[in-house]
Amino acid sequence: MQNLDLETLELRDVNQTLQSQSKSVSQSEWAIINARGNHAIAVGLDAPIEVTVKGSTGYYCGGMNKQATINIHGSAGPGVAENMMSGKVVVEGDASQYAGATGRGGLLVIKGNASSRCGISMKGISIVVHGNIGHMSGFMAQSGTLVVCGDAGDALGDSIYEAQLFVRGSVESLGADCVAKEMRLEHLDHLRALLSAAGCNHKAEDFTRYGSARNLYHFDVDNSGVY
Amino acid sequence: MCGIVGLFLKDASLEPKLGELLSAMMITMSDRGPDSAGIALYGNKQPNLLKLTLQSPTPDQDFDGLDHLVSERTGSEVTMERRDTHGVLFVTSELLLEVRRALGDLRPSIRLMSTGESIEIYKEVGHPAGVVNRFQLEKMTGTHGIGHTRMATESIVNTLGAHPFSTGIDQCLVHNGSLSNHNSLRRRLIREGVHFETENDSEVAAAYLTHRMSSGATLTQALESGLKDLDGFYTFVIGTRDGFGVMRDPIACKPAVMAETDRYVAFGSEYRALVNLPGVDGARIWEPEPATPYFWVH
Repeated sequence: MQNLDLETLELRDVNQTLQSQSKSVSQSEWAIINARGNHAIAVGLDAPIEVTVKGSTGYYCGGMNKQATINIHGSAGPGVAENMMSGKVVVEGDASQYAGATGRGGLLVIKGNASSRCGISMKGISIVVHGNIGHMSGFMAQSGTLVVCGDAGDALGDSIYEAQLFVRGSVESLGADCVAKEMRLEHLDHLRALLSAAGCNHKAEDFTRYGSARNLYHFDVDNSGVY
Repeated sequence: MCGIVGLFLKDASLEPKLGELLSAMMITMSDRGPDSAGIALYGNKQPNLLKLTLQSPTPDQDFDGLDHLVSERTGSEVTMERRDTHGVLFVTSELLLEVRRALGDLRPSIRLMSTGESIEIYKEVGHPAGVVNRFQLEKMTGTHGIGHTRMATESIVNTLGAHPFSTGIDQCLVHNGSLSNHNSLRRRLIREGVHFETENDSEVAAAYLTHRMSSGATLTQALESGLKDLDGFYTFVIGTRDGFGVMRDPIACKPAVMAETDRYVAFGSEYRALVNLPGVDGARIWEPEPATPYFWVH
């Protein structure tokens, strides 16, 4: 494993070193030390490498990730794994707001709690939160899966499209057009696979599935007076 | 975008280091607010005296001999300590109105930054590191303090538009966010007798809370009624003589991280601002909940 020390190296050099692994992988395991809440650590990676970030991170750690596995040994600031394409990001601590926002693929695992707007506008990413999530999570979520082993805050899945939400605990309130749905066998299988990939021991049967009622997809003339 | 830092000390042995710790936190937040910076420090109370923090655009002229002039005018001994463009005038509380009148007559260009037993405010336009340096904030001591780095969105970049805003005795507020109904709320408060110095939205929030508290509300009640009356985005950190409060709007998109140990409670717009605090690795770190008032008091 090769260490990259943010105390002595510039962030841009650290990221370029990791990004250059996309041409050919010279080293498969990397550690970034002295993260100290810095922004945009390990963004834009595109290689099957494993990066361990020691310490808590600031904005956008692991953003736009492709292929790489990024382990954050601490908590993550706003926008962790934002717009992830593939690969895996694991946060050992908590994550701040809009974790996994707009993510198109890959797996984001948050072992603590996630703050507000987790998975906002997600487009294919899988997110598994071991703890709770904050308000407005899954807002306008288009596709992908958000799994919450704890509780969800206010307005879960507001204006949701076709993403699937699974919550084990309570939901403070559901957002517009988000409803509880039947859990069928294919959903249980999908959920089991995600829980296993995220290192969760919970039973899939203990979760409730939420998704779009699809009432906002089309203009309803009965609502014309509302506007 | 703006940066906020705050530090409320539980352990008195850290009080000599308050200025040093808070200054370092504030400088870390420079890229969230490079146009102005300010700090409110609480402490160093003098028995039976109020502190008036003054600011002048021409301090050499305005502050020269000011303590003697005010002493002569009021017939009572008044002392002053100058720090760059600011100065602290120590007066007995019964002289407060007389001193304020005298300042207006003698030195009309002087602005009053704060009044209180405990509070002192230092704020100026410029990079936060420069502001820390010109006031030698690192050497200052106290029980708690709040710092702000400003990136202006709502009003002009000048000294009075920098934070913290003090609108009541020993009260101050810093704000990250923007209020959309500040003009109508300012007009409402003016009708109720409140005086404003700026066109700034954050001053309206500070004055609103002060006005509510002068009408009998506690800080918590004032913050709760603000959920209804203040329209916009905000993370507020508020200082009082003995305490330190935090409030985020219900959407809570303006960042906030807190750390608590046996020795202090600390606030940062980002975790970066907290990393150099003593023992922060063992601190409880969390984000304040939306629409929930937090308050710590000595």
